[in-house]
Formats: sequence, structure tokens, C-alpha cells
Amino acid sequence: MNLRDIIKLADGSLLTQGVNTNIQISGGYGADLMSDVLAASQSDAVLLTGLTNPQVVRTAQMAEFRAIIFVRGKQPQPETLRIAMQENIPLITSPFGMFELCGRLHKAGLPSFESNVSN
Amino acid sequence: MCPTRTPTEQEKHGRRGRPITDRDANEINRVEELSYDLKVRDVMTAKLFTTTPQASLFDVLELLRLNRISGVPVIQDDELVGIISIEDIVRAMERNDLTELVGQYMTRALATVFNYDSIYKAMQTFAERKVGRLPVVDETNRLVGMITKGDITRGILTALQKDYKEEEVRRYRASHLFEDIISDRTTLVLRYNIKAHDFTHGGNASSNIKRALLRLGADPQIARRCGIAVYEAEMNLIIHTTHGGILKLEVEPHRITMSTTDDGPGISDVNQVLQPGYSTATEQVREMGFGAGMGLVNIKRCVDSMDIESTVGKGTKLIMRIHVPTENFNGRKDG
Repeated sequence: MNLRDIIKLADGSLLTQGVNTNIQISGGYGADLMSDVLAASQSDAVLLTGLTNPQVVRTAQMAEFRAIIFVRGKQPQPETLRIAMQENIPLITSPFGMFELCGRLHKAGLPSFESNVSN
Repeated sequence: MCPTRTPTEQEKHGRRGRPITDRDANEINRVEELSYDLKVRDVMTAKLFTTTPQASLFDVLELLRLNRISGVPVIQDDELVGIISIEDIVRAMERNDLTELVGQYMTRALATVFNYDSIYKAMQTFAERKVGRLPVVDETNRLVGMITKGDITRGILTALQKDYKEEEVRRYRASHLFEDIISDRTTLVLRYNIKAHDFTHGGNASSNIKRALLRLGADPQIARRCGIAVYEAEMNLIIHTTHGGILKLEVEPHRITMSTTDDGPGISDVNQVLQPGYSTATEQVREMGFGAGMGLVNIKRCVDSMDIESTVGKGTKLIMRIHVPTENFNGRKDG
């Protein structure tokens, strides 16, 4: 599904203006632990998180996420927004909690991109 | 190249039959260059419609009309015997002669060009013979295509556009660095000073490193592995060191080496920090999503080799290496 579908399912607001919402999102990943995200994610997914600091964008960039959704209506820190604009990573805020949003997207057909870490 | 054919004028004498001097070279523009570089076979139409001397002019007219072309070569017994064009048919129409055969009206004294001729040669022939299209033959005189002035213009424009695109990509990519600079061993070193506890800028250096690797032509998978490893290492410098440290990237055609160096506090038991889940991070760091004791474990998984040396009170050095398969970095073969 594309980013526009995901924003709709998440009842979300796009915080970074001018991004292309037609980009394809292949899977989802929900976590607040950035090391886990770096360890066990696959490229081209959307990241669902409750963290709002700039490291979230850097993590998304390194692990090649296509977009970030902040759960529970959280707003990013100004630096987070600045880096996201600079790196062209869409930021979205959704009123749903982590559990509910993961459920909604998964139910709509978005596969989990969390792989098992074997250690 | 066919060994039996005669060399072209350009091959024999260079530009306009005389050797090229440096001064000439400066004056040659790209279009001129292309008119020598591009061969007839590069721009000609190879998809051929042909007819025979026994066909009626009416049939040819249909052929021309349906395919929106203005002339076709005439073939008899696999040999090119003439060309019939709209002008010939107009001549026939004036005499109300459309039922006549092609053989009657076709042009016989034919100028041809070889498929290995430069398009400059073709342009000369166009000018000399005052024709709009030329049959193209190979070294055995077999018809292989047709060329028009339009084909030449299109060919030059396409080549110019391709040149332009290649130049743009080349300017963006820095990968030619490894081709342009000759040495027995070329290494590109990038250094970043990382400040302790500077969480706001955490990841900036890694982001620049990843971008640099991609511009250098690294495989995206390798760039991703380097990015994750170096990001964890950068965060370690920010989280754990007393005075920050230096993050270094060394790029060689066959290997990428990333390292961090700091001056303390040092690690008392290196084996312990390699255990998944072992962490000394503060609550503040954990709130940021780090300090779960996965950093070095993550790094180890991303790189081909990882070495860590540490002395309490002196500092820590972490070296991470990723081997680059040959023909990465823009196709350079290097061991």
C-alpha cells in the first residue's frame, strides 16, 4: 500500500509538507527501542514509535524506513522535524496508541517487517 | 570491426585527412566529434521495408503510405538494384502510370554508404548526391539498412543527451575518484569529531558517511550495513565517552574500514560489553531509545570483522571492516 492509504488508516496528519504520499510502503515495524529497530528491520517499511527525538529520524534513515508515524498523538521535537525535512523522510502523527495502530495497519494487509533477532 | 574491410578515412588520416594537433582538438566541438564517432549503423533504420522491380507502383504507394516512409530499396535476388521514392511515384502519376512496375521508375545509379562509415561520411554523400535517403550496405555489399538526414539529426541529439546525462551522474557520483587518481593504494579518509553527550546531533556523522558511500558508488546493501554499524558506534561515543572521540571512515576500492577512537573512560571487561543486553546507559539514554545493550551486538552483525581494544583510564578503539566485492565502486576491479 502507499503512504496515503497508511495515513488514512492511521487517521494521521502529515507533519512534513511537500512529501510524496504515493511512495510504496512494503511493511511495518513498531518499536521504541532504536537498537531493536536497527537490529531487526527490513528496508522500505513504516516505523511506528512513541519516541520523538532526532535519533528516530537518524535511525529511520540508517535502516531505510520510508516514513515515521508517532503514536498517541505525539508531536516531534523541532530538531526532529528539521532533520526529517532535510532527509526527506515523511513524519506523521496518529491519535491511536501503538497496539491499536499496529493492529489496524496489519489488519489492512501491511505485513510485519520485524525479523527475529537470534541472540 | 571486420578485419577484411578497408579502414575508414578517419582511421587512416584522422580529421579531414590530416593529423589532429592540440590546437585542432580545442576547436572541435562535441557535435563535430560525434559526427566522426557515431557510425552509420548507430543511427540508421535497420527495420527495412523493401520491394522488387516486379512490384507495381500502386503497391509501393500503399507500402509508403501505410508505413509513413518516403522511399524503399528495391531488391532482386538478394541484391540491391535501386531505390523507389515518392518523387519517382509522382513522376509516374503525372503520366497516369501507377500500374507500371517499379523497375520502370526506380533510380538505378545508386549511392550507398557502409554501415561502418562515420555519419560525417554519410552527410558528405547526402550533399554530393543531393538525395534524401541512402541505402546502407555491409562489407559484403548486402543491404542492412537505410539512413536519412533525419536519422543523423536524431542520432546526434540522442548521443548529446546521453553525454549530458552521463556527465551529470558522473559529477554527482564521486566514484571516479578511484579511477582518476592513480596510486598503488588509494584510500579516502573521512574524519568526524563526535562530542560527548551531544544527543541532538547524534547520527549526523553517520548520515554523512552513508551518503558519501552511496555517492562513491557503494552497493546500497553495503551502505546500509555500514550506516547501521557506524551509527551505533557514533551513539556509543556520544553516550559513553568522557570527552567524545573521533569517528573515521576509510574507503578503499576493496574494503571499507570504520573506526572510533576515544580517550576514556575505557571498558574494564570487553567480553562483558559484547553480551547482548549488557548496558551501563543512564535512564536519559534509555528514554531516547538507546542503551539496551545491543549496540556492539548490532555492529558485529553488520560488519565482516570487528575488533575492540580498551584500557580503563586510557580509552577505547573500535575497528569495523566490511569487504567490498570486486566491481563495486563503479566497476573497478581491485583485489
